[in-house]
Amino acid sequence: MSGFEIIVTIALAAIGTAATRYLPFIVFNSNKPTPKYLVYLGKALPPAVFGMLVVYCLKALSFTDVSGYLPELLAIALTVGVHLAFRRMLVSVAAGMAAYILLVNFIFI
Amino acid sequence: MKNNFYKRHLAAARAAFPLTVPVLAGYTFLGLSYGVLMASRGFSPLITMLASISIYGGSIQYALVGLLTGAFSPIETFILAFVIDARHIFYGISMLDKYKGMGLKKLYLIFAMTDETFSVNYIAEPPKEIDRGLFYTYISFFDHSYWVTFSTLGCLFGSLIPTDIKGFDFAMTALFVVILLEQLLEGVKNLPSVLIGVGGSALALLVFGGGDFLIPAMVLMLLLLAVFKKPIDSLHDRAEEEGRK
Repeated sequence: MSGFEIIVTIALAAIGTAATRYLPFIVFNSNKPTPKYLVYLGKALPPAVFGMLVVYCLKALSFTDVSGYLPELLAIALTVGVHLAFRRMLVSVAAGMAAYILLVNFIFI
Repeated sequence: MKNNFYKRHLAAARAAFPLTVPVLAGYTFLGLSYGVLMASRGFSPLITMLASISIYGGSIQYALVGLLTGAFSPIETFILAFVIDARHIFYGISMLDKYKGMGLKKLYLIFAMTDETFSVNYIAEPPKEIDRGLFYTYISFFDHSYWVTFSTLGCLFGSLIPTDIKGFDFAMTALFVVILLEQLLEGVKNLPSVLIGVGGSALALLVFGGGDFLIPAMVLMLLLLAVFKKPIDSLHDRAEEEGRK
């Protein structure tokens, strides 16, 4: 690819990504009252989306060997436990990440 | 007047920063690895920086590395970006109300809505004295600057970065787990949605595999949310009534 083609390719990827982000705001113009079904989705969709994001992060889990899922499960359990105890996002994320790094680098090699 | 302007910005930035620390941890690792990959395919730091500023989306930028080394195919590039990032449509629907009335800042807030920035902005509420629009803008801007900075650094110093310690990207998983847990702690009203999100996505993952399960998962989630609208609605109504008491 030439330099020009590389720039055009990046620009088109940027436009495609931006389109997914702007689309709802363009379609559902905020000056009009929000349609009823969308009000429902606004409440019911976000918790489902966070469920989807967790599954998305875990899509590479494999159950053929303990090292393919146990570090993730243990680190998630710790994250949840720490969060229930302290309810501080930063602390919970730091604990989960630290546990996972230890597990995958030193225990489940 | 001018003094006041700086004060407002500084206060918003100070309130925003701590919330971006988990994203800083994740983007440091993900950004560096992306930069290293771009360098290994012969792309300059300038091109890497340009991609990170203008696209600002990890999954499509990774996919783009393959496209950029192949034949020029503009239409496929646009479609691929739209399909890979289709999940952002759900973020927009979730943020329609929250980003209302934020003027020009809204344009940037929507542009910068990655998985992580959407998630943090969705649950974050600024302290009363802080300008809401500025607060969300600073969270978005900090996240964006981490991504741009570390992907560029990764491309510049790729070979010097130790890659034998892995697992830093788990910051993102832990972040989403915490936010999902917060949804459950908010009340039983969110439980059906959480089950639909986790169950629907897991089912789609089993059927379609890791490569292309997101869009089937989104369709399945929308279907299930439509089927269970009545009970979910009544749970939300009851929670609202109790909140008023």
